[in-house]
Amino acid sequence: MTATIEDKLFTLKFKPDEHSHLEVISQETCRTKCGNRACTTFCPAQVYKWEEDRLMVSHENCLECGCCRIACPQRNIQWRYPRGGFGVTFRYG
Amino acid sequence: MEEEKFDVVVVGAGPAGLAAAYTLTKAGLQVLVFERGEYPGSKNVMGGILYRQPTEAVIPGFWKEAPVERPIVEQRVWMLTKDAAISLGYKSERLAQEPYNSFTVLRAKFDRWFAGKVEEAGAFILTDTVVEGLLRENGKVVGVRTGREDGDIRADVVIAADGVNSLIARDAGLHAELKPEHVALAVKEVIALPKEKIEDRFNLDPGQGATIELIGEATGRMLGTAFIYTNKESLSVGVGAITSEFVASGIKPYELIEQLKNHPAVRPLLVGGEVKEYMAHLIPEGGYKAIPKLYTDGLLVVGDAAMMVNSLHREGSNLALTSGMLAAEAVIKAKEKGDFSAQSLSLYQRLLQNSFVIKDLMKYKDATHYLEKHRELFTVYPEMMSDAAYEMFAVDSVPKGDKQKQIFKMIRGRRPLLRLARDLFDGWRAIS
Repeated sequence: MTATIEDKLFTLKFKPDEHSHLEVISQETCRTKCGNRACTTFCPAQVYKWEEDRLMVSHENCLECGCCRIACPQRNIQWRYPRGGFGVTFRYG
Repeated sequence: MEEEKFDVVVVGAGPAGLAAAYTLTKAGLQVLVFERGEYPGSKNVMGGILYRQPTEAVIPGFWKEAPVERPIVEQRVWMLTKDAAISLGYKSERLAQEPYNSFTVLRAKFDRWFAGKVEEAGAFILTDTVVEGLLRENGKVVGVRTGREDGDIRADVVIAADGVNSLIARDAGLHAELKPEHVALAVKEVIALPKEKIEDRFNLDPGQGATIELIGEATGRMLGTAFIYTNKESLSVGVGAITSEFVASGIKPYELIEQLKNHPAVRPLLVGGEVKEYMAHLIPEGGYKAIPKLYTDGLLVVGDAAMMVNSLHREGSNLALTSGMLAAEAVIKAKEKGDFSAQSLSLYQRLLQNSFVIKDLMKYKDATHYLEKHRELFTVYPEMMSDAAYEMFAVDSVPKGDKQKQIFKMIRGRRPLLRLARDLFDGWRAIS
């Protein structure tokens, strides 16, 4: 039996903030300059999904690793920590 | 909160930050630690192995009361192909004796305990607070800006212990943004299993622990490693690879860990286990060459924020704890002189250079480069060894002499002997 990313995210405790701590700087860049949409595969929480012509950001799933900030080939993600106390809380780590 | 002034503000209540805070507080300095999570450890992920001696250097006798999981008596390395595993292991009775060499730990439990000791010693720890930037005067760091109302706190020195993403070190201009080649992305699961099952499957006496490091097919042939560690009543199972490799391969981290868990050599260890938590984190991999500037006027950088990880030996927690302690020692001396300038704080770097921290990082500075140039370690070599071993172990009435010829023909076909010798030689040079 193979577990899905949804199964895995279900094991975690999240306190999502109203506003996303992650932002796509320019959707235009995603549409026109980005070739492989790498964020939709390397993100360990599947935060980024390409829908038709927009990059959707599910910040409530974010594990705050920082991979997207560093690995987006276009440096197109504005990355901050969630507000203090918000975001994921690891119970094991 | 009024604008109070502390001797030191530490950003981040992980191992490096807590080690610094503990050492400073014990020496009588006023310390305030900021932690953005609900509690120390809540935003931290580690394999993870804690090494007894380096930790005792900071907090003697910790292992007698800290929530450590199992002392490690056996270490194994597995090289995986699609359907096989070649293993190397070392188990010793000496490792099973107090005071022990290393323990498995779970960050959320251990850091919380350690933070409690730091508070007992007199430091303040403020959780749920993100440090958003540094306060500066005449180019010197004089405190931090936080997300709280009236959130400016002044201090003689700020210690940036804010982990691999270290926005503080970047804010201070000590280094540019991290490169995807310099960090690894790792995912991990804590999988619950009854302690007797763990002890049966890993061949352990009650309470003892074992570790397995895995390479090859375990990382989808990317440059990285996987691990399986035994906790008291769970296993820590994880896999990571250099971030640029994930970008290039398109492999999804959560699918990679599923593949690892389903590998025929791994699956039986996990049967009946329940995934309690899934997590992800970045690990500094750039080594010595990626270390940023470590200090400036009024600021020091420690732990993962300073890229201090010796990945070849899977060591990070000991470098973090030691660098935190050494940073504290440098600050204590600076306080005696009343001088918190870069010149005065440069003692930190000298202390690091005289310790295993910089010495080990320097020794292995070419290791990652070697691995990048020798991917056959993750692909060709495990396959070659597996096929050779299979031929040797298959008792099928083929004369041994013929088998030997077959094996050598197979090896030469995959990797000319000269290349093989060169690979070994280059490898030796890279770690000497």
